[in-house]
Amino acid sequence: MKIHEYQGKQILKKFGVTVPRGIHCTSVDDAVKAAETLGGSVWVVKAQIHAGGRGKGGGVKVAKSLDQVREYAGQILGMQLVTHQTGPEGQKVRHLLIEEGADIKHEYYVAALTDRATQTVAMMASYEGGMDIEEVAHKTPEKIVKVFINPLVGLTDEQALALAKGMGMNEASIPQCVDTLKKLYTCYMETDASLAEINPLIHEGDGTVKALDAKFNFDSNALYRQDEIVAMRDLDEEDPDEVEASKFDLAYISLDGNIGCLVNGAGLAMATMDTIKLFGAEPANFLDVGGGATAEKVTEAFKLMLKNPKVKGILVNIFGGIMRCDTIATGVVAASRAVNLSVPLVVRMKGTNEDLGKQILKDSGLPIISADSMADAATKIVAAVK
Amino acid sequence: MSILINKDTKIITQGITGKTGQFHTEKCQEYANGKNCFVAGVNPKKAGEKIFDIPIFGSVKDAAKDTGATVSVIYVPPPGAAAAIWEAVEADLDLVICITEGIPVRDMLVVRNKMKEKEAKGGKKTLLLGPNCPGLITPDEVKIGIMPGHIHKKGRIGVVSRSGTLTYEAVGQLTELGLGQSSAVGIGGDPINGLKHIDVMKMFNDDPDTDAVIMIGEIGGPDEAEAARWCKDNMKKPIVGFIAGVTAPPGKRMGHAGALISGGADTADAKLAIMEECGFKVTRNPSEMGKLLKALL
Repeated sequence: MKIHEYQGKQILKKFGVTVPRGIHCTSVDDAVKAAETLGGSVWVVKAQIHAGGRGKGGGVKVAKSLDQVREYAGQILGMQLVTHQTGPEGQKVRHLLIEEGADIKHEYYVAALTDRATQTVAMMASYEGGMDIEEVAHKTPEKIVKVFINPLVGLTDEQALALAKGMGMNEASIPQCVDTLKKLYTCYMETDASLAEINPLIHEGDGTVKALDAKFNFDSNALYRQDEIVAMRDLDEEDPDEVEASKFDLAYISLDGNIGCLVNGAGLAMATMDTIKLFGAEPANFLDVGGGATAEKVTEAFKLMLKNPKVKGILVNIFGGIMRCDTIATGVVAASRAVNLSVPLVVRMKGTNEDLGKQILKDSGLPIISADSMADAATKIVAAVK
Repeated sequence: MSILINKDTKIITQGITGKTGQFHTEKCQEYANGKNCFVAGVNPKKAGEKIFDIPIFGSVKDAAKDTGATVSVIYVPPPGAAAAIWEAVEADLDLVICITEGIPVRDMLVVRNKMKEKEAKGGKKTLLLGPNCPGLITPDEVKIGIMPGHIHKKGRIGVVSRSGTLTYEAVGQLTELGLGQSSAVGIGGDPINGLKHIDVMKMFNDDPDTDAVIMIGEIGGPDEAEAARWCKDNMKKPIVGFIAGVTAPPGKRMGHAGALISGGADTADAKLAIMEECGFKVTRNPSEMGKLLKALL
């Protein structure tokens, strides 16, 4: 689960990391009021969407007067902000963060994330802040320093110091930087984050170390014990179909193709998508119905897939284990009737009660095309939609 | 022979009194030698009771001491699952299989590091399979987990995969072609887990009754590449490889917590290329895994 920058900064602040003073708002008038409340003579007007690359897309502007705050807030609020992470259609800006200006002397990069290979928390830092870290990692990997943190020990003083020095932190700011890194680690662990990134982390003219941005991802397995984080969820930033799917405990992801697919198991679902592509078409979605699919769940899954106007056909691929093929077949028949299915449907079923399932499909009188293997199913659905 | 488990394995079920635990314990008991293999259950509140004639103990330690069991399988719900793993490790079992899906990553990080610390201090090494996995099976001997027993056939092909139903797919194809399996192992779809592809490949390599292996992976993480590099220098048996997720978009979690492309090495194409370089017979058509393997024998 992702959150906005202003929420990320609230979290950082709670854990003792210094952030600029800022106010979240949702209207132009409130943006001006926020700037007045903050005082000073320079403000930053920042679009709040979940995607990165906001600055380059025109979503971050520095205002030198209240009139400029009004002007920029008016431009940014409500715009379709296009960044390299939003796709060409962009994301509508519904929230702003108005912040006091910062006296930036240098921009650094720091992030914590779970490292699968070492089964530790990796903390990375770099002198090259403010830019795309993937690019830095690709072009100049030596400019990124990394430590691996044993969760039983935590980030040690030595490790934090090595990071601060390795990232080339301003000498006078090192003690505060070490402190910031330790707080970031605590924050990462206590919030069940899967990514906590500050890009840029800066030092100011007086040596103060400040987080100028905050990007968080959270482990969805742990949300049951993170009420404060869950309260920050912004459904406007998520794909409405994926949100709808999660209500029915379906794992669903929208894709660009025209063949909807409904599969049990995440690995098999991906393999089915891959097979569709291999046979000359593109999948319209990833959809894992999970282990306990009922007729209702299959019906909801069908409705979801068919909401996508691009869908010209559906492929159902079930390997029945605990889930029996006859149960799925009953569900598929009921769903087809419930949604008045008008696009071709290919069903491939294997495993427990396979013959019974196939018989149910046959007896339904519906024009369901039966297939024996994934390849057979893909061939048939690709032919049917052409 | 087989890897990790056989007809003489004695097993404890943690979470045996829950709905999922009960359902699958019954199925596992019904399979092959299951009646003799599943010897104990654990529930601190129900010690002394029985379920399907299986005695329930208050702790894993008590269960192991009384029955001689060396393996446990866990169906405990996510909030208590990591503690259940640790309890089994503290009881010095040989192998713990965690079926539970949805355990917080932080809990797994902590328990994995505690396991490593225990080993480093000279304590007994307990292997962990999973979490978020279907378990493993040695056909006609014993099944520990949630896979459908009837699609398997005793034989000489090893199968290892991160995905449950994709493992069944490979097994189903092999069985249809008349090729049985020595063992089929689901290592699970979580980012922080126990046994990895490389560990299971080593076991298949050492198993005199495994002739060839199907290794199935998916997007996300370095495990398949690591296994492939090891196989290149060490594996004496032919391998068919498949990676799911060629069509998966970056940055999206594809069902499994660990199936996420966050960098170039995470993609299916990158993994397939490394596996091919390392001598695997790779396919992009998952319907062909069985056929390809047969051609290698």
